[in-house]
Amino acid sequence: MRIVADTGRCIGAGMCVLALGEVFDQSEDDGTVVLLDPEPPASKAAEVRRAVQLCPSGALSLVEPPPG
Amino acid sequence: MTDATIRPVTLPLTRERPFDPPEALGLWREEDPIRPLAYPDGHQGWLVTGYAAARAILADPRFSTRIDLLHTPVAQRAAQFRSTLRRPGFFLRMDPPDHTRYRRLLAGQFTVRRMRQLEPRIEEITRDHLDAMERTGAPADLVRSFALPIPSLVICELLGVPYEDREKFQRDSAVLLSLESTLEQVEAAMDDLLGYLDELVRRKRTEPVDDLLSGLAADTDLTDEELTGITTLLLIAGHETTANMLGLGTFALLRNPEQLAAVRDDPEVAEHAVEELLRYLTVIHIGPVRAALEDVEIDGRLIRAGESVTLSVAAANRDPERFPEPDLLDVTRPGGGHLSFGHGIHQCLGQQLARTEMRIAYPALLRRFPGLRLAVPAEEVPMRTDMAIYGVHRLPVTW
Ligand code: HEM
Ligand code: SF4
Repeated sequence: MRIVADTGRCIGAGMCVLALGEVFDQSEDDGTVVLLDPEPPASKAAEVRRAVQLCPSGALSLVEPPPG
Repeated sequence: MTDATIRPVTLPLTRERPFDPPEALGLWREEDPIRPLAYPDGHQGWLVTGYAAARAILADPRFSTRIDLLHTPVAQRAAQFRSTLRRPGFFLRMDPPDHTRYRRLLAGQFTVRRMRQLEPRIEEITRDHLDAMERTGAPADLVRSFALPIPSLVICELLGVPYEDREKFQRDSAVLLSLESTLEQVEAAMDDLLGYLDELVRRKRTEPVDDLLSGLAADTDLTDEELTGITTLLLIAGHETTANMLGLGTFALLRNPEQLAAVRDDPEVAEHAVEELLRYLTVIHIGPVRAALEDVEIDGRLIRAGESVTLSVAAANRDPERFPEPDLLDVTRPGGGHLSFGHGIHQCLGQQLARTEMRIAYPALLRRFPGLRLAVPAEEVPMRTDMAIYGVHRLPVTW
């Protein structure tokens, strides 16, 4: 899976970092999301989905690989 | 549309039990998670008590937080609402793009990493207050000796507001948050606070030091007026909320001894406990409130442009469709998803600070005083149903 982050929508609430710090970080500058690992391994899929779900501003989305 | 068949209700504030939202809210949530609400100024708007609808509306850009568009569901809040009209820097009451500009300037100061760096200092402040309690001896009012001063000192140091002046701004913010203040009292308190902070901002410009206010003054193009507005918002939002979570949370734990023991003895539990106490107690007990910018249909209800919507996050956090056994305090519950910090673009800026403070303070208190207990019968603890932020006025404890 690939994570897409729209820093234009991000409000820097940090929920993604709390949920999964290995994948998400925040810029020191304006607090917006920084993807440490935009294509995390499948083993992290559940935690990534949870982080996306928790994001209050709708800044995060997932591109799932085509089936098969 | 069945709108006309449902009688509009008014928002209840009195509670049957200290830790549960008014019973009526739960009954209404079962019948109609979105229902008509009569606002005290005669406006016909809405009350949302269901989790899914509340979360959806908080995230929906078709709903505004602009104060000039909102009707307050509680008559006593009208004065506070008016006092924040068109204040520069009060970004809680702004929509994008104005809101975005302020939020961007501040979010970098409240990141998860920044808050972790504050941990040692918060631990030290907590220790100092526990030492002082021990020296003075039992009984004590936990609000005055612990719950209020810790977040108050933390936000003062972070912003760069002299803590010695706390009596002044604690008094002003108490007036601003009281539902019993008159318009004159609210305006006087707001003028007093703004006057004080305005002078402080000027000082930060001429004699900058290493704090958030000096940084904002030096590195941004914010005007003095905007800086004063921002500081007012952060100062009020930054200490009353966490203070009430610490006071009310301790009271709730004292009434649930097994849960208290788990928080005290198991560091793993402390983190979950913070999320569960936030959900269960929801100190923001009135709103938030939004106004529809256009006609919006949600769950078969037509909310028309201009209508105010009160999102009862206290009721939403007890929605059984989202939280199994919602009326049970269970500090081992897998946390997350509650609406206590709001949702959408206005979700609490200071939430990572509040989490850090609570995660440190609850276990430290319970470990220092393993015999902590109420010094009065539980029914005598004065509850803050008369304030915009719920909690306890005092919590007499002994150990
Ligand atoms: C347990 C403690 C806290 C609770 C329950 C809480 C709750 C909330 C809620 C519900 C909102 C959203 C209001 C709305 O959508 O209309 C909010 C916004 C806000 N909070 Fe907190 N808060 C807490 C602590 C803090 C702290 C410590 C700070 C200090 C830095 C703070 C600063 C703010 C600010 C500046 C906003 C406005 C954000 C925006 O409009 O973008 N809060 N808070
Ligand atoms: S949770 Fe969403 S809004 Fe918050 S920092 Fe992450 S991407 Fe940004």
